[in-house]
Amino acid sequence: MDQLSALEDQSVYIFREAFNRLDKLAMLWSIGKDSNVMLWLARKAFFGHVPFPVVHVDTHHKIPEMIEFRDRMAREWKLDMVVGENREALDQGMGPARGRITCCTALKTEGLKAVIARQGYTAVIAGIRRDEDGTRAKERVFSPRGHNAEWDFRDQPPEFWDQFKTTFPPGTSLRVHPILHWTELDVWRYIKRENIPLVSLYFAKNGRRYRSLGCAPCTASIESNASTVDEVIAELERSRTSERAGRAQDKVSEDAFERLRAGGYM
Amino acid sequence: MNAMTPQHHSQRSLPIVIVGHVDHGKSTLVGRLLNDTGSLPEGKVEAMREMSRRRGMPFEWSFVMDALQAERDQGITIDTTQVRFQTATRPYVIIDAPGHKEFLKNMVTGAASADGALLVIDVTEGALEQSRRHAYLLHLLGVRQVAVVINKMDMCDFYEARYHAVAGGILGYLEEIGVKPSAVVPISARHGNNIVTRCRHMDWYAGPTVTEALDRFSAPPSLADLPLRLPVQDVYKFDERRVIAGRIECGRIKVGDTLTFLPGGRSARISTIEGWNKPEASTEAVAGQSVGVTLDQPIFIERGHIASMVGAQPVETHTLRVHLFWLGHEPLMVGKHYTLKLATAEHDVTVQAIERVIDVEDLSGCCGDRVERNGVGEVVLRSRSVMVVDDFIDIAKTGRAVLVDGYDVVGGCIIKQPQPDGRQTNNLIAASHTVTAAERVRANGHLGGILWLTGFSGSGKSTMAMALERELFSKGVQVYALDGDGIRLGLNADLGFSPEDRSENIRRVAFIANLFAEAGMVVVTALISPTCADRAIAREIGGDHFHEIFVDAALEVCEARDTKGMYKKARAGIIPEFTGVSAPYEPPLSPELVLDTGAKSVAACLADLSAYVERALIRPARIGAEIGRAY
Repeated sequence: MDQLSALEDQSVYIFREAFNRLDKLAMLWSIGKDSNVMLWLARKAFFGHVPFPVVHVDTHHKIPEMIEFRDRMAREWKLDMVVGENREALDQGMGPARGRITCCTALKTEGLKAVIARQGYTAVIAGIRRDEDGTRAKERVFSPRGHNAEWDFRDQPPEFWDQFKTTFPPGTSLRVHPILHWTELDVWRYIKRENIPLVSLYFAKNGRRYRSLGCAPCTASIESNASTVDEVIAELERSRTSERAGRAQDKVSEDAFERLRAGGYM
Repeated sequence: MNAMTPQHHSQRSLPIVIVGHVDHGKSTLVGRLLNDTGSLPEGKVEAMREMSRRRGMPFEWSFVMDALQAERDQGITIDTTQVRFQTATRPYVIIDAPGHKEFLKNMVTGAASADGALLVIDVTEGALEQSRRHAYLLHLLGVRQVAVVINKMDMCDFYEARYHAVAGGILGYLEEIGVKPSAVVPISARHGNNIVTRCRHMDWYAGPTVTEALDRFSAPPSLADLPLRLPVQDVYKFDERRVIAGRIECGRIKVGDTLTFLPGGRSARISTIEGWNKPEASTEAVAGQSVGVTLDQPIFIERGHIASMVGAQPVETHTLRVHLFWLGHEPLMVGKHYTLKLATAEHDVTVQAIERVIDVEDLSGCCGDRVERNGVGEVVLRSRSVMVVDDFIDIAKTGRAVLVDGYDVVGGCIIKQPQPDGRQTNNLIAASHTVTAAERVRANGHLGGILWLTGFSGSGKSTMAMALERELFSKGVQVYALDGDGIRLGLNADLGFSPEDRSENIRRVAFIANLFAEAGMVVVTALISPTCADRAIAREIGGDHFHEIFVDAALEVCEARDTKGMYKKARAGIIPEFTGVSAPYEPPLSPELVLDTGAKSVAACLADLSAYVERALIRPARIGAEIGRAY
């Protein structure tokens, strides 16, 4: 079996475990390539169906093409989409001018916590990968969060032989990470193999493209002429810079991303 | 070499784990391996050097892996990380296992998925406790390909004799546990000697470098040629199809194959292998694939069943002998209940016996009544439900299981030579009987069972037993109460109250009680039965019939009641070895039911007990009858 098929089979297994073992399950959808791959894998796991709600946390600072793409795909794939936001912070004019970390925490982390609380989800599926960053490398596939969604990376449950931790004391929420074991290149090669639709921002226009998508003010495009999936793959095979290099909030301090994550960020 | 060299992308990465005692240089070796194979993102090392400079500490290669703030501050690795690198031969996923004893669960998490291992030993210290514990666990987890790395050779001026002394020590230990390392490589991780490039200071060493040793590991053998094991993960009915979903752990399937599902042994043929967004429908599938199949018969199948093929089936059993490593905060003890998770099945199991507690330092084994955190032992587990298993040596995926206590995974088990149920009580048809247990259940309208009441003298065992006997009898249940004192006056008149005699008393009562249960009756016993070990024996004899009921009244309450005047005599020294006064009572660790006779009325406790009997012995017979009609 080739590497992509092996990755797909493992992800499908994780999706099916989550769906069987967990109540009040939802999947996060950032509109980025990884979460599109996740949606695709869910349909592989459940033979064309996505049997749980798909949650998008709208910061209202997203690049407009992303929202257009979201609404189109939700219709086309018949998704049960739930949009969350931190209304209070938005009404008070929250934005990166107040500090990037403050903004990220308010609009993403708090926005996510609010929608989880409102809908009563006990488990959410998230598309993070080990190769994105050292802190994500430490993650478990089934990763418990405490009452306030914080992540205790010091005391994580043992996880081996694909026996995931599926029982928790009341009040625990859970993150499930079906593509934790994929790399950025795996994601792109799979997009190519399966012909998965993506928002056009990933492809170069006028010599620039986005490698990672987030909010408009904090996500920079990179110099690139890669305008097709094949060209992106070729570019990544040559590249040795990190994927999140264009994400400004990670650079506030050297442990900024780790602190965001300990507080409940994806 | 670049980490992303394209020619490897279809090749599967070989997962390797790096283990060894704390501070022997595992993280440094990993950092160096990544750097020396050209696998780090541009600027990573420069950023780390800059960070070290700002903090006023010398740069260490381990910083590359120790990405977390907390780790940098404490100077130790906390958790397993998985990163990739590659040599000219193949890509690797590397798992950095930490050395602190406290973090053994993380080491297990990493090593359990590895196909090869590097065992790092500091030449200045030699093999220490954790070196041996990790080596032992590698062996236990089935990681057969191991290379030893003797690190910090620069600290002993690359002195050959020192290398041989340390190598000899660990080789002796490894040989005893049956591990043959493929190489013993002298290195200096800090300086990059013998990692990728050879070291001119050690021209006396002719063996492979670290990357050469890794490249000599073979890829894991294909699981496709083993007998089929397809554990059922779920059954979907999203549309008109009824899809049986699961991952083929080993073997292969094709459309038309007859699958047999255990337990139960129902069979059906594969009609289709389902898929989504595939150019054409699959007609076959192999080990590793997560599949969904539809069958030609609507047989009853649920999560936990394992599909196999006639002639090469797994073993069905109620008892397992396992080699176990323990990660729980509370020790594993005889008589305790856990949930056993094996493939997709879950079973409630009881620890029936601890046959050996192994000291990984000197590999001696001794008997004991507990396995402590981070310990290793050989234990016997008993389940109420049929477990479907294989020998780990033959089929690893269905020959291993984890134990869960409450919410937490507390241990891992390797199954050794599983035996099908033989003389076990739950085998309903004994050879000489023409009346089957199922017939008895149908005639009686309830299952046979043993309600084993345990508690202090005066806690109300006999009162409860007699009251329950009356209540069940009036409901038409075939019931008999066996009173401890009554039996001691007759059958067991030869026994006294020494620990040995008490054990024998319990063994005999359990045996009689089991005969009643086999005969289809509900039997209620009222014995102090003060030790967990004795009750575990009773449970073993009673098998599925056995239900432990803790009659829980505090000693002070019982003594104040002193219904038979026994406590007074015991305090006066007239009765020797009296439970609670001059002999210990071990409360059950996880009884099926607790009756709070200290605080609640007799009527309330009776109601609890009666409800339990309804749930455990009467209702299942009714459900069984309904299922019987449906099929």
